Amino acid sequence: MASKATIITDPDPLTGKLTWDSIPVHDPVILPVMICAILGGLFLFALITKMGKWRYLWEEWFTSVDHKKIGIMYVIAAIVMLVRGFADAIMMRTHQALATADSVGAGYLPPEHYDQIFTAHGVIMIFFVAMPLVVGLMNIVVPLQIGARDVAFPFLNSLSFWLFVVGALLVNISLFLGEFAATGWLAYPPLSGIEYSPWVGVDYWLWALQISGIGTLLTGVNFFVTIIRMRAPGMKLMQMPVFTWTSLCANVLIILSFPILTVTITLLTLDRYLGTNFFTNDLGGNQMMYVNLIWAWGHPEVYILILPAFGIFSEVAATFSRKRLFGYTSLVWATAVIMVLAMVVWLHHFFTMGAGSSVNAFFGIATMIIAVPTGVKIFNWLFTMYKGRVEFTASMWWTCSFLFTFTIGGMTGVMLAVPAADFVLHNSLFLIAHFHNVIIGGAVFGYFAGLTYWWPKATGWMLDEKLNKLSCALWTIGFFVAFMPLYILGFNGMTRRLNYYDNPEWTPLLIVAMVGAFIVAAGIAVQFYMGFISFKNRKQNMDVTGDPWNGRTLEWATSSPPPFYNFAKLPKIHDRDEHHYKKEHGIAYQKPEKYSKIHMPSNTWAGFVISAFSLTLGFGFVWHIWWMVIASFVGIVASWIAYSFDRNKDYYVQVDQVEEIESKHLAAVAEHAANNGK
Amino acid sequence: MSNDHVIANDVHDHHDDHDHHDTGGDTIFGFWIYIMSDCILFATLFATYAVLSGGFAGGPTPKELFDLNLVAVGTAFLLFSSFTFGMAMLQANQRKMKGMITWLVITLLLGLGFLGLELYEFWHFSTLGATPQTSGYWSAFYALVATHGLHVFGGIIWMLVLFVHFKRDGFTEDNLVRLSCLSLFWHFLDIIWICVFSVVYLVGVM
Amino acid sequence: MLKKSLSLVMVFTMAFLLTGCELALFDPAGPIGEQAKDLIIISVALLLIVIIPVLFMSIYFPYKYRTSNKNAEYKPSWEHSTKIELVVWIVPCLIIAALAYFTYVTSHDLDPRKPLGKDEDTLTIQVVAMDWKWLFIYPEQQIATVNEISIPVNTPVEFLITSDTVMNSFFIPRLGSQIYAMAGMENRLNLMASEEGTFRGMSANYSGFGFSGMKFKTHSVDQAGFDAWVNKVKASEHVLDEPTYKALSEKSKDNPVVYYSDVDPLHFKKTIEKYTGVQNGK
Repeated sequence: MASKATIITDPDPLTGKLTWDSIPVHDPVILPVMICAILGGLFLFALITKMGKWRYLWEEWFTSVDHKKIGIMYVIAAIVMLVRGFADAIMMRTHQALATADSVGAGYLPPEHYDQIFTAHGVIMIFFVAMPLVVGLMNIVVPLQIGARDVAFPFLNSLSFWLFVVGALLVNISLFLGEFAATGWLAYPPLSGIEYSPWVGVDYWLWALQISGIGTLLTGVNFFVTIIRMRAPGMKLMQMPVFTWTSLCANVLIILSFPILTVTITLLTLDRYLGTNFFTNDLGGNQMMYVNLIWAWGHPEVYILILPAFGIFSEVAATFSRKRLFGYTSLVWATAVIMVLAMVVWLHHFFTMGAGSSVNAFFGIATMIIAVPTGVKIFNWLFTMYKGRVEFTASMWWTCSFLFTFTIGGMTGVMLAVPAADFVLHNSLFLIAHFHNVIIGGAVFGYFAGLTYWWPKATGWMLDEKLNKLSCALWTIGFFVAFMPLYILGFNGMTRRLNYYDNPEWTPLLIVAMVGAFIVAAGIAVQFYMGFISFKNRKQNMDVTGDPWNGRTLEWATSSPPPFYNFAKLPKIHDRDEHHYKKEHGIAYQKPEKYSKIHMPSNTWAGFVISAFSLTLGFGFVWHIWWMVIASFVGIVASWIAYSFDRNKDYYVQVDQVEEIESKHLAAVAEHAANNGK
Repeated sequence: MSNDHVIANDVHDHHDDHDHHDTGGDTIFGFWIYIMSDCILFATLFATYAVLSGGFAGGPTPKELFDLNLVAVGTAFLLFSSFTFGMAMLQANQRKMKGMITWLVITLLLGLGFLGLELYEFWHFSTLGATPQTSGYWSAFYALVATHGLHVFGGIIWMLVLFVHFKRDGFTEDNLVRLSCLSLFWHFLDIIWICVFSVVYLVGVM
Repeated sequence: MLKKSLSLVMVFTMAFLLTGCELALFDPAGPIGEQAKDLIIISVALLLIVIIPVLFMSIYFPYKYRTSNKNAEYKPSWEHSTKIELVVWIVPCLIIAALAYFTYVTSHDLDPRKPLGKDEDTLTIQVVAMDWKWLFIYPEQQIATVNEISIPVNTPVEFLITSDTVMNSFFIPRLGSQIYAMAGMENRLNLMASEEGTFRGMSANYSGFGFSGMKFKTHSVDQAGFDAWVNKVKASEHVLDEPTYKALSEKSKDNPVVYYSDVDPLHFKKTIEKYTGVQNGK
């Protein structure tokens, strides 16, 4: 609890700063959570042991290099973290609704706890919910869309995933051992420096982000190479599906921006661990440099989150309007323009720092220019529906809700881009409402549309459409009820991150916002129920053909879930909407003259083991347990070297196995066609 | 990007002749991309150095401490090691194990020499009162130079591991790809060092 | 669903319009706030030119071209129209160009550094952000206060802002702009009150556990009222000397208002300069 107990200046050689006092047993909010987590963990452990599933989990999942399985694991982890992050949101909303008071002590959360919650909420939602959903969907979809058998570097893909898990674990461990950062999600120094935050919270933040950030950087390189070099024969760049295009641009942004995050976090780490003076107040440090660097990563990050969502809407809108995507070329160029501009607008996050008016004007105008290609995209989706046959499936609901919600968020974004207006709106609840408007109404709705759309592809069974639409309605309504009041509160001069406030005029709208948060919570509950029901009834909701939506792109040409090698024979590409083209021309689902052996990567322990050592490395660093740090580092290097000597990195799938799997799929397709023909 | 197109098209020809995929080419291309991201990493450190280049906080300045002669020797080691790595690659292309190993060992020794000089320099500066804690300037100096040094150290470890790989498997495709990647890495570090030398040392003594 | 959310938006817009005159940013008490308000309204108006049609289309298109409406035209392979493309690129470009013009002009007009009047008419207040309170120094009057300021109405005020701790942001919503307070640096903010009253001030940038209590009252009064206030501060028994400042520097939450009848005129300068090696702001 940011308590004095964790400020230890002479760490023990064996346990570092870790003592019994590091466990927050005295906290009435955390203790029950801790007990539940421990009991839940034990139960899960016992259950898996009893069912004898450890071997299955290890061989089929933990060591898997199959992009589809890794994608599914990303999505599962993201959903778990969504619950954690949303619990934080509910606590903030209920606390603020109760926190009208002149002095500290209002509501039910003291600042020492509340400030960790808003920090954790931001960190979790961006790094451990939005990012894994993006990367998870890319994993599931991109290789299938480009007709590849896997990603370019399957081992690195597994490593990326497990490094991300390590980051998420560190954040969760901080709940039960020590505390999390209480600095805001970007941990501006000098507040996050050792002088003003001497406890271990910021260290958890540093290592969680550093380790998962390196995983993301590897993902960026991996998918960039995959998309550039592993497309099916004949697929030109301008024939790639839009989701692949937006993923490509997002990965370019990862490659360009994540090294900046790595350096920035490292420098802050050096400040905290070695006493250097990069961002200190004194001795020549420069805190403004941190703010510049972190946003030079942070702004591209926003587009890493939103661009793939734009790709999802493009796929969904075209499929369910039963029409070719309007203005493909325009959309691709708009994506590229956004990608480039994303790198040159970071200063709009801190116009109020005191840069000259010309600098502010430059960054303000550069920011507004992004509204043009973004607007073009919105028009493209609208004109895709125009003269189409719009089918209101659940993913289309999410898309329509997005179009409406995101447009409003875009407008408030341009308002904030005007420096002189930003001088009164910055750091206010208006800003909070704006970025939730674009992240929930833009990115998150996109991920839900994508999950709905590709769920049958990944699992082989469909999600319940009715419940899905209900949750979309609850999310949309809940969003407006929760965040429209925040826009108004921002106009009324309410700033962000307040633990209590002495202005009773604000209370009613904060209560409305709280109600909104509960409506969204109901939406999430419906989603869980939907998952449960759909799983229970999966026998009735099977996707037998692999093409449940009458899709247009290549991923729908293979079975659901696809065989581990994706495509028995790499398809030759004729058209942007390849699968649609083949169906039109009656050449879909043709049995090739002969199958050949397929070269596939083998599963490997290395990603999991290297990440396990990274976990102990991060943990040792957080608590200053130096033997653990050294041992873990040696473990990481040694495992990596040992893996490089592994002779069983790949194998061949024999022709008869391929033939058996393929004929099953073709038979199912034929049977389905015959049944529908009757 | 135009380069990418060429490479991409090139690969498609491979695709066409059969489902076989050029994984070695993927690795080298991927390593190029990794190096690009490493460039960004160094660019960020250079930017940091530039921002903090006046933050002496009353402490020593580089002009008082830098010894260009020492740095010139280190630079010569590193530049020459790029040349010897090139020789090793030529030997590898002719599948001459002994010649390749010999040149690699020379490269490795030059790398170690460079690191030794760098460590001596760090020790020397710190005895004169310029440690990473002294001021913003020295924090940035050590971060930039030591990050390059750590990369060189990583390259040396990699080279040692590669010796074992070649000893075990000889000139396999995997090993040749590894060697090419390390070669890229080594030359890249040379280029970075030239930037460090110009921006930090030459400008520093001016 | 869309209709529901639309009606919700309508409800909030109505609520917003009804209470509009009471919202701090729409009830500015000075010229800077006034111009910021106008700017917000202009940018919303400009953006609505494109937002309204988009919102309309986002409801009308899916409705009109729903599967069950067999009367609607269906062109499954229609994917390009130069006319539409031109319109959707050019119209937003024009709107953004107009907005860029306003951005450029107002960025310079509303530059926080730009003085609002002649130097001799301007009141200077030095501001130091501390953990977790605001110290205000009136160098000309040689007085200092914690968490309260008074300014004469219709008089330009120049705030010189720094921090003796982490980053904060100095913000009086009804007067207008905010600006960051950072250690070792001086930021300038020129504001003016054109009506009398008491306005809330706060730190807008999170700065630690006591951050929510970093608020202060700004009394805008006539010249006589201001003089009386200065005399009231002058009558205080506290003086801001070294030991007092040291004690004040200790972390404190919800610090009460304190008046200091005397202060070292160089105190502000010394607060900035004690952080060595900073290149900006000196």
